[in-house]
Amino acid sequence: MVDFINSIVVLLNFVIIPGLSYGSQLALGALGVTFVYAILRFANFAHGELMSFGAMITILFTWFFQSQNIGLGILPTALIALPFGILATIGLGLLSDKFVFKYYRTQKSVPVVLAMVSIGVMFVVNAIIRIIVGTETIKFSDGQKFIMKAKQFKLMTGLNEGLALKSSQVITILITIVLLTFTFWFLQKTKTGKSMRAFSDNEDLALLSGINPDRVVFITWFIVGTLACVAGTLYGLDKSYKPIIYLNLVLPIFASAIVGGIGSPFGAVVGGYVIAFSEIMVTYAYKKFFKYLLPENLEPSSLVQLLSTDYKFAVSFTILVIVLLIRPSGIFRGKVL
Amino acid sequence: MRFDKYEWTAISIMVSLFIIVGFVQGWSVSLVILNMCIISAIMTMGVNISWGYAGVINFGVMGFLAIGGLAAVLVSYPPIKEAWHVGGSGLGISFVLLIGLVIAVYFINKLVEKKSHKYWLNGLVIFFGVIIIRYFFLNATSKIEEVDPALAGFLGGANLPIIFSWAVGGFFAGGVAFLIGKVALGLRSDYLAIVTLGISEIVVSVLKHEEWLSRGVKNVIGLKRPVPYEINLQASDWFINMVTWFNSSKLNQIIDPDQKQEILNNLIIDSSSLFVKLNYAILFFIVMIVIYYFANKAQISPWGRMMRAIRDNEVSANAMGKDIVKQHLIIFVIGAAIVGVAGAMLVTLDGLFTPSGYRPLRFTFIIWIMVIVGGSGNNLGAIFGGFVIWFAWIEVAPLTTFLIEIFTSGMDPQNAIRLHLLDSVPYFRYLLMGMVLLLILRYRPKGIIPEKVRHS
Repeated sequence: MVDFINSIVVLLNFVIIPGLSYGSQLALGALGVTFVYAILRFANFAHGELMSFGAMITILFTWFFQSQNIGLGILPTALIALPFGILATIGLGLLSDKFVFKYYRTQKSVPVVLAMVSIGVMFVVNAIIRIIVGTETIKFSDGQKFIMKAKQFKLMTGLNEGLALKSSQVITILITIVLLTFTFWFLQKTKTGKSMRAFSDNEDLALLSGINPDRVVFITWFIVGTLACVAGTLYGLDKSYKPIIYLNLVLPIFASAIVGGIGSPFGAVVGGYVIAFSEIMVTYAYKKFFKYLLPENLEPSSLVQLLSTDYKFAVSFTILVIVLLIRPSGIFRGKVL
Repeated sequence: MRFDKYEWTAISIMVSLFIIVGFVQGWSVSLVILNMCIISAIMTMGVNISWGYAGVINFGVMGFLAIGGLAAVLVSYPPIKEAWHVGGSGLGISFVLLIGLVIAVYFINKLVEKKSHKYWLNGLVIFFGVIIIRYFFLNATSKIEEVDPALAGFLGGANLPIIFSWAVGGFFAGGVAFLIGKVALGLRSDYLAIVTLGISEIVVSVLKHEEWLSRGVKNVIGLKRPVPYEINLQASDWFINMVTWFNSSKLNQIIDPDQKQEILNNLIIDSSSLFVKLNYAILFFIVMIVIYYFANKAQISPWGRMMRAIRDNEVSANAMGKDIVKQHLIIFVIGAAIVGVAGAMLVTLDGLFTPSGYRPLRFTFIIWIMVIVGGSGNNLGAIFGGFVIWFAWIEVAPLTTFLIEIFTSGMDPQNAIRLHLLDSVPYFRYLLMGMVLLLILRYRPKGIIPEKVRHS
């Protein structure tokens, strides 16, 4: 029995908790991509840079607050700086819309052209970020790092295996729950949310029934900016901030959005967790897990790892390709909010 | 290939830019930029063929370049006999098993009628097949990687002249593109963009981590050259005579024989490196012209007209009996193959293969900017885009330094803002690229040299 609990703790520590926090970050990112796709109708390659930008502004404010000795005690200072980051990210989204995307929307350009345009925006934002903070890795998490250390857990329960709980992971999961609840409540219950869903379902019909398109676009960028900034900051808080990481994050985010069914917010969230868990589960070495479960003479000699961790990235894409082949509309039949 | 006035202007501006750089920064710099410009132009033509002719999007440029680079290693590196000895049979067995697995899956799909049975059987066969293959495969590769890991640790290549790899790289990239196209080409254009981008990441991560194939992140260095080495040139008589003859007027003015010899030696060293770069430039230029010639021929042929018809109106082209799926696949493969040729040339020029150097920003998105800026659907535009964008990519750094110096000249030299700006000079090129792309898409969406509409 003890062996069984030990094996569960191993899984919790190395697969489930990291998967949940990484999945939450992906889910928030994918939700932003889905919003842009469903309402503005293009694949936004600049989303990763939007996340990076939000995280950068948050870091700058965190530094400011730290220099003023303002803090939250055991919680990271970045949480006070987050609202400023969110505002700046929304501002950037609105600016890029006003000066770049709006023109193509009124021209009714094909989605591919808008995707190209978003690549241009990606380059510009990327350059701005690099010019402001350079390309070095920045660690900005402060406060208490662990809620529970592996040693404490061992002492507490008397088990062989420890369970470490990083505060960034818990914060990530909590904030994600709050944000997702709010977003879904907004879409389902409020009048504005309903008008957004109508707009994404049938633009012409929505315009006929008197929905103001500019307002819908404004609210969209508001939500997208918030989600992007929170996702970027949480990712940076969890794994340390590096500007070029976010370009690589775009691909798993797209994969999450498409796997869940692009355009469907619920699908985006599920897709995020699916991608995160499969990346971690396929590349995790299960040797320790089986050591507790199997009798001694059956113990595996190899690492029991399906793929080496080097291929973490490839996993999400393989899933993407498989899903697109078997069920091109994704798990939750996307297209409308 | 008759150029109009506008195209002649574009060409002459480009030529004069290289001459200016030659006089200001030295001919060596100018030739280095020229070589990369030509390779970029070939990549751009590859993308332009699939996107400009037929509207098939290919964001996998980076992957096809890497495959072309791999071809350069596999063709030119001498084989490592010991590695073949210890691991060759294991690799052979796993390869045969893999083919068996593919055949098994093929027959399951053909023979089993019920859909749910099909999925289960496929899953089971693939799962156990992969486990068995992995056993043989990992055994073989770990043995190969143990052979002299500091210098070898991989299978080596075929020990042929590296210039063959340019064609081989094209075939490799075309083959991979065929597989990708079979799977992905039915998708909508923006999905296709994301999928090809993702597959190219997978390709590069495979190259990074399969050390038995190309040493992975340990890189392969010291690839053979298709052109003479500087050291050999400096020792050969004909080269020394040539340098003396070229500089005879300058050398004749100097009377002191010692001084004369010293100047001559310096001249020989300089000109040997110039000569090597010039040789590369000539080789690359020939390839570029050949590809340009055939690309143009293809564009004005009935086949090219059919491609434009498919691009402009898929439904009516389909109604005229054109097999759109097949034509899309063909053009995707051709475009990727040309990119593969450029990839092999790139590795040839560098003389080394570094899989971790393949990044999407540098090798996919910049190439796309070249296509859009140059003018999609026009081969000369593609070449021009490749030249202009690569030229700007290199020359923007000295230019920004110069501009920052001017704008901050009023400040204290140790001013924090000034120093920070000077530190971030390399990042201004991304800003420029983004701005150029946005401006072109907004004000000249057909590119600098647009496609010529033929009414025939």
